[in-house]
Amino acid sequence: MRITMTVNGRERSSEVEPRTLLVHHIREGLGLTGTNVGCDTSSCGACTVLMDGESVKSCTVLAVQADGADVTTIEGLARDGEMHPMQQAFQRNHGLQCGFCTPGMVMAAVSLLEEVPHPTDREVRLGLEGNLCRCTGYQNIVAAVLDAAGSTQEAGA
Amino acid sequence: MTPATTTETDVPTGLEPGGTDQPPDEPAGPVVGTRRERREDPALLTGEARFTDDLQIPGALHLAVVRSPFAHARITRVDVSPALAMPGVVAAFTGEDLQGEWAAPMPCAWPVTEDMKSPPHLPLAVGKTCYAGDGVAVVLAESNEAARDAIDAVDVEYEPLPAVTDLAAAISDEVVIHEDLGTNTSYRWELHLDDDAVERAFADAAHVVRERYIQQRLLPMAMEPRACAAVPQPFGGDITLYSATQIPHILKIMTAVTLGFPEHQLRVVAPSVGGGFGSKLNVYAEELLVTALARKLHQPIRWVEERTENALGTIHGRGQIQDIELAADADGRVTAVRVDLTADMGAYLQLVTPGIPLLGAFLYCGVYDVPAFSFGCTGVFTTMTPTDAYRGAGRPEATYAIERAMDALADEVGVDPAEIRRRNYIGADRFPYTAVTGLVYDSGNYEAAAAKALDLAGYDDLRAEQQRRRAEGGPKHLGIGISSYFEMCGLAPSRVLASLNYSAGGWEAATVRMLPTGKVQVVTGATPHGQGHETSWSMIVADKLGVPPDDVDVLHSDTALSPLGMDTYGSRSLVVGGVAIDMACDRVVDKARRIAAHQLEAAAEDLEFRGGEFSVRGSPDRSVPLAAIAFAAFTAHDLPDGEEPNLEAHVTYDPPNFSWPFGTHVCVVEVDEETGGVEVRKYVAVDDCGNQINPLIVEGQVHGGIVQGLAQALFEGVVYDADGNLVTSNLTDYLVPSAPDVPSLTLDHTVTPSPTNALGVKGIGEAGTIGSTPAVMNAIVDALRPLGVDEVLMPASPLNVWNAIQRAQSRPDPERTTTSATAGDTNADAGGAS
Amino acid sequence: MIPAPFDYARAGSAEEALSLLTEHGEDAKLLAGGHSLLPLMKLRLAQPSVLIDVGRLRDLSYIRDAGDHIAVGALTRHHDLETSDLLETEAPILKHAAGEVGDPQVRHRGTIGGSLAHADPASDLPAVVLALKGTLVARSPSGEREIRADEFFTGFLESALAPDELLTEIRIPKVAGLGWSFQKFNRRAQDWAIVGVAAVVDGERTGVGLVNMGSTPIRAAAVEAAVAGGASAEEAAQRAVDDAEPQADLNASVEYRTHLAKVLVRRALEEARA
Repeated sequence: MRITMTVNGRERSSEVEPRTLLVHHIREGLGLTGTNVGCDTSSCGACTVLMDGESVKSCTVLAVQADGADVTTIEGLARDGEMHPMQQAFQRNHGLQCGFCTPGMVMAAVSLLEEVPHPTDREVRLGLEGNLCRCTGYQNIVAAVLDAAGSTQEAGA
Repeated sequence: MTPATTTETDVPTGLEPGGTDQPPDEPAGPVVGTRRERREDPALLTGEARFTDDLQIPGALHLAVVRSPFAHARITRVDVSPALAMPGVVAAFTGEDLQGEWAAPMPCAWPVTEDMKSPPHLPLAVGKTCYAGDGVAVVLAESNEAARDAIDAVDVEYEPLPAVTDLAAAISDEVVIHEDLGTNTSYRWELHLDDDAVERAFADAAHVVRERYIQQRLLPMAMEPRACAAVPQPFGGDITLYSATQIPHILKIMTAVTLGFPEHQLRVVAPSVGGGFGSKLNVYAEELLVTALARKLHQPIRWVEERTENALGTIHGRGQIQDIELAADADGRVTAVRVDLTADMGAYLQLVTPGIPLLGAFLYCGVYDVPAFSFGCTGVFTTMTPTDAYRGAGRPEATYAIERAMDALADEVGVDPAEIRRRNYIGADRFPYTAVTGLVYDSGNYEAAAAKALDLAGYDDLRAEQQRRRAEGGPKHLGIGISSYFEMCGLAPSRVLASLNYSAGGWEAATVRMLPTGKVQVVTGATPHGQGHETSWSMIVADKLGVPPDDVDVLHSDTALSPLGMDTYGSRSLVVGGVAIDMACDRVVDKARRIAAHQLEAAAEDLEFRGGEFSVRGSPDRSVPLAAIAFAAFTAHDLPDGEEPNLEAHVTYDPPNFSWPFGTHVCVVEVDEETGGVEVRKYVAVDDCGNQINPLIVEGQVHGGIVQGLAQALFEGVVYDADGNLVTSNLTDYLVPSAPDVPSLTLDHTVTPSPTNALGVKGIGEAGTIGSTPAVMNAIVDALRPLGVDEVLMPASPLNVWNAIQRAQSRPDPERTTTSATAGDTNADAGGAS
Repeated sequence: MIPAPFDYARAGSAEEALSLLTEHGEDAKLLAGGHSLLPLMKLRLAQPSVLIDVGRLRDLSYIRDAGDHIAVGALTRHHDLETSDLLETEAPILKHAAGEVGDPQVRHRGTIGGSLAHADPASDLPAVVLALKGTLVARSPSGEREIRADEFFTGFLESALAPDELLTEIRIPKVAGLGWSFQKFNRRAQDWAIVGVAAVVDGERTGVGLVNMGSTPIRAAAVEAAVAGGASAEEAAQRAVDDAEPQADLNASVEYRTHLAKVLVRRALEEARA
């Protein structure tokens, strides 16, 4: 089946099997390997991307369901060689170690701040409940998201 | 350097911090000790980093493994022909088909005793399968989808045999898993120092506690599943093996041996690796299969693990029954510790399976001054996935047992858990301390770290609140748990490893090379997978050579670039690998000094080296920068007689001792008696890993470690059913906690440098995991003691907590149901016999 | 994990979805957000030969004031429920419970209709709709019919929907100002409830639904009757499992689940009355 989607601002048209998961299409069909697969049960969130601006687990969406959608992957966040404020906040706060959960975690965090621009510690934690990290104990991830929320606030002020 | 503890945050050595914030420009002062952001991060944050499954490998065939659905069965027939008829399938092989590929069985590098029993373990089972998930056949196809579709078509006939999932049943030998061995017992290892002294201590004891603890099996669950790919090189007979491994160097040797493949023609590369925690410290069937099949078919072969396969086919951690007895005098001073373990090996011995309990053997006396000790461990086979190293590997188990038992002793003696520890800590004036085991603890100040942790937690106020609330009653119970831990890490002095019958050394290699333009190249044998080595190594080198950290490149994780190394595990990278780099820098400076002296026409001993520049003492205008020396060494136009061109040094460092970090953790919980729910209200950790190279990274290691240990206490546990099926085979059933499930942590530290290395550093990668599990469990039991609870099985799930309460309440001891007990009350005996 | 191959058909309208259902019969499965079905298909526990994607029927995504009730389109996402001002006033328990489903990513895709039609006893929203005494609207080629929530869940993962029927709307009585509580007890925030209780307290019209207390979402009629009869929360909670068939699993024994249901029903009634 032929599908067309806008991925990181660029229109991409491809032929896919109906059973192809969006994450496999992104990784293998489009060659964007920043989005990772960490589980089989929609639990870990490593595959999180933005679909029409909202976080989704791309392992639980068929590529054909995303036909016509606007998809942003981790590769699409940086602008003009500058990392997105969320990416910068993750680096500043040591919000990643091995980095495997990181693309999904960052995308989930970006989506969270779209919906809750100034979250509390608890709201950040609940907002990331669908993303598992084995390295950081989440402490610095939460700090990074709160930091990014602060800088968003300053930027908007 | 004198080992002295400071409870301030400054570092009392030559490694003063340059400030707490990273300056916008390269700092003029030292960078060691600063919270420098990681250079690894941008690639990982933007998706540029390449994990093994991200590699584009043209023409690669995808491998999928047919796995046994039975824990224990004879394989009576395997027919791959239906799979061969499936679209996209190129080849398929049974275990028998590939038997000729193996020059040796899969390796176990740690035969802990002379008579240890180890069944031959092949990458694909032949004749019999001994755990659910054991590979019995493989399919190769043009796509992963086609390979996965085809494994369902492989026709395997099994004759099921009884599963053995209980350690007592395993020891009984009622069902012998490996018939040729005649027994399920792999080994018995004992440490006898002075048995008479132990006996005497127990005979004379005023107090004795006898405890049994169950270390449940855990799944390491690194977020990146395993993956590997073998690529034959177009010219010659070389093969490159890419693998999500912690140990490319060890894997290269072991793959060569197992396949009978020339080691010098094998290159192993670990691309970005998404966490390991010990689970990627191994030699796995799939790594051997892709390499053997690439050799056989002259084609690249790749494999990526699914999460369920990860649960079934990647090693498990822990899995021990611990019997620990403490003898103490009337004041609660411990006079002897006696330990006996039964350790679950699983179906086969993987790389270091049998040695894991031994890594803990020397830690069962904890941070206490214990004069008599004995230890024994029985390793037994079961029909479950093999166990092996999981973060801490033997040391969390040991710390758990002694720290839980110390709480039981406090209860038995009738003193506060903090007080029982104070009475037993090895005093700060006793270091270096020679333990009853003969091991020498390098440095420590256990009481200072404990005092700081208790103070931060507001311990006295918490006890007062607890006493008040117990008097008031109510369904929520406040519990406070303490764990004072230490550990032996920085594996390891090679001679000590030899005494434990380990098959390799514990050294690490480093090369530091000045490039002609003044930049620096570092080659390390350590293999990072999240630890931030590139950042930390560049900081050490920057200070030593007086160059900006960004001018230091760090090469690693590829045996072609870094041919010598012993890789990353056991909190060894900084203490062994980092120290090696520090030493290599010294040698570079020594050589540069000779060249500088030649150029400046001064005596080498008259030169000062500071800020990247040599100058003649007393004549600061006579100076030459290191970069100029590097260029001079490169051109070699004017070197001292006999001096070799180029400026580089190679060091292989074998540490003289382990390093012994320590600390005290305090956990505060609220336990809901009605639901069994546990909420962690506060968690305080004061850790001491000596001097810190990068506190940002140290804290990250501690955060992650604590949460992993807390997860053992509260969330995680492997469950097999009676037929030997793994029930917790995915992340829905195996509960790795997420952000809202864990508390915000309060960290602080003390600094007691290690006197055994020039950096004064100790390992920190596993400390959090080691310290946290007993702190959490002590808190839960502390909360529930007034209800008569003295033991809660891990994980302390609501069900297990509720069951523990029900058990306690159904016991006919009226004392146990009192709700007005206070801290230090002596009414419960903690399950011990006195 | 890759689903087994299937044919895919995208419905452009409810009518088209119905005709596709009629055409493919029992081999077909409806795909809304996919967050109940796709996980099962990836594990190959479900292998439908045809998927009919109704995810684009935006005209079935709405939350409307329909006079005496709130009408919720079957394809309304959990995220839309949890951010609805109308629900905040008229059925706050539904808004709140929708925010407890899965995780944000799941709530961005999963729909109320998909969740109800899947009829999973461990799902949150079926119990809430039971407590609210909602009505479900099903459309087939022969017309539309209403099904009471307590007659909708017929067996494990089975509903009263006929193979040619499409769930189009959920009608929720307005419960503005009534006391309510949603007690979800789980080990991790993202997990299914070990036991969950939804309660809307209104004397004789009190509704109580139970999560994960049997093979279907359970209406705790005995608790409702006890409350209607003036029982205290403690007394009514003793009837928590009268209508349930608690099972053992990794997280609970039958005894513990029974006990927990009583505790949570009591707490729900107490909170709703507070």
